[in-house]
Amino acid sequence: MLISEEHILSYDGTFDGFLTAVFQVFEFKLKTVSFQRPESVQESLFGNTIEIVTDLEKADRVWKGIKSKTSARGSYRLYSSFLSEQSGIEIVLLDYMQQAFKSTVPIDSDFSNATVLKLSQIAKSVGREKHRMEAFVRFRLTNDGIYFATVEPDFDVLPLISKHFKSRYADQKWIIYDLKRGYGLYYDLEKVEIMQLALPDGFDATKTNRDYFTASELEFQTLWQDYFVSTNIKSRKNLKLHVQHVPKRYWKYLSEKLR
Amino acid sequence: MSFERTQEKLKILADAAKYDVSCASSGSKRSNTSKGLGDATGMGICHSYTEDGRCVSLLKILLTNYCIFDCAYCVTRKSNDIKRAAFQVQEVVDLTINFYRRNYIEGLFLSSGIFKSADYTMERLVAVAKKLRLEENFNGYIHLKSIPGASDELMKEAGLYADRLSVNIEIPTKEGLKLLAPEKNREDFIKPMVKVKNEIIQHKSERKIIKSTPKFAPAGQSTQMIIGASGESDQQIMWTSNYFYKKFNLKRVYYSGYIPISYDSRLPQIGTDVPMLRENRLYQTDWLMRFYGFEVHEILNSEHQNLDLDVDPKLGWALRNMEHFPIDVNKADKFMLARIPGLGMKSVYKILQARQFRKLNWEHLKRMGVALNRAKYFLVCDSRDFERRDLTSPQLKSIILQNSTSKYHKVLSPQLNLFG
Ligand code: SF4
Repeated sequence: MLISEEHILSYDGTFDGFLTAVFQVFEFKLKTVSFQRPESVQESLFGNTIEIVTDLEKADRVWKGIKSKTSARGSYRLYSSFLSEQSGIEIVLLDYMQQAFKSTVPIDSDFSNATVLKLSQIAKSVGREKHRMEAFVRFRLTNDGIYFATVEPDFDVLPLISKHFKSRYADQKWIIYDLKRGYGLYYDLEKVEIMQLALPDGFDATKTNRDYFTASELEFQTLWQDYFVSTNIKSRKNLKLHVQHVPKRYWKYLSEKLR
Repeated sequence: MSFERTQEKLKILADAAKYDVSCASSGSKRSNTSKGLGDATGMGICHSYTEDGRCVSLLKILLTNYCIFDCAYCVTRKSNDIKRAAFQVQEVVDLTINFYRRNYIEGLFLSSGIFKSADYTMERLVAVAKKLRLEENFNGYIHLKSIPGASDELMKEAGLYADRLSVNIEIPTKEGLKLLAPEKNREDFIKPMVKVKNEIIQHKSERKIIKSTPKFAPAGQSTQMIIGASGESDQQIMWTSNYFYKKFNLKRVYYSGYIPISYDSRLPQIGTDVPMLRENRLYQTDWLMRFYGFEVHEILNSEHQNLDLDVDPKLGWALRNMEHFPIDVNKADKFMLARIPGLGMKSVYKILQARQFRKLNWEHLKRMGVALNRAKYFLVCDSRDFERRDLTSPQLKSIILQNSTSKYHKVLSPQLNLFG
């Protein structure tokens, strides 16, 4: 085998798929690798593409191993940075894991280490997006009695917010749907499930149409919009700060901004 | 509920409540155990921000803006010619539940003008909270205003349903209060505060023995002071604040720059700017006292009665106490690190953790995201390279101000961006 050869690990884009790929890296002591997700498939002329078949058992072994080498915070940081979907994130994660396995002490808090620092920064921006979603989700009551929200987060944060919404809205059915990634979370009063919707033709998620939403839904939206206006203090107006907190790309689905 | 009526009331009663700046919805630990609605275990979320940049976390309304008092600084005062309205208990409950279910809010902040009597008003506030908890199984956040002069029994009941209680002392000095709200006296504010404080202590100690003892105002008490309405100094404000923190175990004191709402000659006239920068400096001082280990008299004392507007209070303190600097980041303890201008608590903790791995130099500090542009004058690290000029305080101040003009003009926010 050519030592210097680059191996392209093509996996299904899931976290388990990635961990399976990492397993292969360790197993076959691969030196130069890169990762490829389904949406980023490019034929590479050089290098040898390996198709990774997601294997939960292998993924689990890697994950357990890494958990024994990092704090809970460290492993959460790994997972949430993965959800950033940034190109090349896998390489950073792999580097982090390799260092963690080698080191005798947990490296999580070694902020003068470039990889640790980089990962903690990425995890931080994913964390910020998670908080934004917890704040900016706006449910609307559908005719079927389900509280329905659409979002388009910068990162794939639905897996991270599931628990928060489940414990908060335990007595109502709800759906949080990521329009960008085409899947959502559905809570049926018992458990949260991943779901995909066939949205009706011409469905505009920014409109509250009586065909789908209850009559009182629009009233509550109006009351909320009024509240938003009334609670503002004009003599303290500071739009710059406002936009800094609520960047414009989120306005689309914020009921208080739909006027 | 009739939509138009409710809409009208909401406009009036949200407008009247907006001058209360408290927005906190954290620190409660009320979890959703019985599959009810809501939980208030987390950090408290800002669901939106007003156009003035303040956090919107709670539905903040008055139950009514009818009031028998005539406090000069308040829009709700009896003599003010404004539209009045009053919610029914059930209306407030419905609004809260429906807003909460849509993820608009973390909960309710209910205050009120005083109609008929203190007890009559407090009773209704308590009724709202009780209904939310017992009938709606609501576990979201509830902040009730303690009405000055309300009876101990009512305050006790309030604490069983509310997460937080607050009495706004509004005017920092006794003299100011006498001038602007002659019908009120300080004891009326303090009495419910004392009652709540004692109940909290008692419930906490009982909970240690009997786990099923109900929680009592788990997010504690807070208060608010109006800044710039009665000619008080920063020293008077912060010493009062310190007194209330220590004496009543308050969780938060809020500072609200006075917004001119009246032509009363005792007050700043309409059109006067809201003292937002001063307000921001007071919040910074408050943080230094609560999280950075500063004592109030280190920052404000009889020689130094007002905060500098051109530099933040931590930098101000450092410039007056140059003998403590430079500080060695590889050796100094937490409290001394926290005193380095430009260094926030987050950076302090990062330094403490990272220096266990190796001695830190400038490069490390920079990589960790420590803002060095001002800190560099006040610290040494594992490098031979440090500020060697023997600068006097005024020289240093002018260098720092020159290098940070953009920062100085930065958007101001009372709640965030404290030392960013
Ligand atoms: S008692 Fe309260 S509501 Fe009434 S005027 Fe005074 S401050 Fe305003």
